[in-house]
Amino acid sequence: MRSFIPAYEMKTPRDLAAALDSLARDPGAWKPFAGGTDLMVLLEAGKLAHRKFLNIWNVRELRGIDVTPSHVTIGSLATYTHVRSNEMLSREFPLLGRAAAETGGMATQNRGTLGGNIANASPAADSPPALLVYDAELELVSATGSRWLPYRNFHTGYKKMDLRPDELIRAIRLPQATGGWKHYYRKVGTRRAQAISKVCFAAAARIEGGRIADVRIALGSVAPTVLRAVETERLLRGEKPGPSVLSAAEAGLAGEVAPIDDMRSTARYRRRVAQNLLAEFLEVLAA
Amino acid sequence: MPDGAHTIRVECRVNGQPVTLEAFPMSRLLDVLREQLRLTGTKEGCGEGECGACSIELDGALVNSCLIPAAQAEGANIRTIEGIADGAHLHAIQAAFLRHGGSQCGICTPGMILAAANLLARYPQPTEAQIREGLAGNLCRCTGYTKIFESVVAACRHAERPA
Repeated sequence: MRSFIPAYEMKTPRDLAAALDSLARDPGAWKPFAGGTDLMVLLEAGKLAHRKFLNIWNVRELRGIDVTPSHVTIGSLATYTHVRSNEMLSREFPLLGRAAAETGGMATQNRGTLGGNIANASPAADSPPALLVYDAELELVSATGSRWLPYRNFHTGYKKMDLRPDELIRAIRLPQATGGWKHYYRKVGTRRAQAISKVCFAAAARIEGGRIADVRIALGSVAPTVLRAVETERLLRGEKPGPSVLSAAEAGLAGEVAPIDDMRSTARYRRRVAQNLLAEFLEVLAA
Repeated sequence: MPDGAHTIRVECRVNGQPVTLEAFPMSRLLDVLREQLRLTGTKEGCGEGECGACSIELDGALVNSCLIPAAQAEGANIRTIEGIADGAHLHAIQAAFLRHGGSQCGICTPGMILAAANLLARYPQPTEAQIREGLAGNLCRCTGYTKIFESVVAACRHAERPA
């Protein structure tokens, strides 16, 4: 059922300090609202518990992409358009650019933000698998300070995360450590554009002397949260990418994923496709 | 009325004209444009950001107006389908849609034209792939995609004036 719109408030803080002050005064009352591409859909459907929204879209401290020799720090309000049109990101972190380009259409990419994609905590989100592969860290800020945590520890269960009601995601930091790696990203949906994933697979590996020296694999839509396939990675490390390791790795992956049947796909299909994408990734590594 | 029920004044520019809107903060910009300003060229299709029928430009960026709360329009520069033509002089995309049968029932047409005009503003000579991607967020339930695509290609070839 549609929501009764007059019952909802939105206020626009002057800056980050004012935003954090609102969150601190009345923890849990104000829901941070950026591009609105998820929240407006829920609001329309009458599925949003919050009545009060904090419009952070214009908070400058949450914007910008900052590059140093060791890290890239992306403000949480970076839109998919910002991400995909940033040459350095596309070059050094191609999975992120691919994810941004394959999320929704242009209108969604112009409003949807990386921070929002993370905080919305959908297991089907397209940028989180890329962030997991790049060992992203999140900076969470509140009126009382700031803390960093590895993104792989952020999602603690379906739609559950290590984010206090008085905190905002300020930035996403990626270590500049995957130069020379081979990257692979594939989103499988009902159609090429504008689909929500049935399975999303992001991976990168460093090959040395024909063997997989290091590898990172992350998937979306196959578990209650986005998933880093650490067991599959362990099976692949030190091996030659090819048929010799494929069946063991496929079996490992099947044990790690926990897909469900839902309106978009079935558990069986998702598990099989995840394995097929793993096989394709290994072909890319062998090429 | 429950708590929080009060309207706000939103000052913005719509198709070049300064306007002051009176709206609930979480009213959809789509509804405010249609009902308060009577700019009914912007259509509602799905109401959830999937179909692009409600496409407008907000500060030069293509957005779905069904997903923009009125409060976020404060200070914004908005262009709707009504602001695409220059008086009686049609935009190249509009002229091409007329010549090449790019419009069938018409519901998706304003959004398609906004998306195409926005694409041309960013890439005056787009590739086929860029055109397809630029229109990927707009659905046509008549499924007349081929003529829509051809209209945009034609507009790029015979652009009467810069988009």
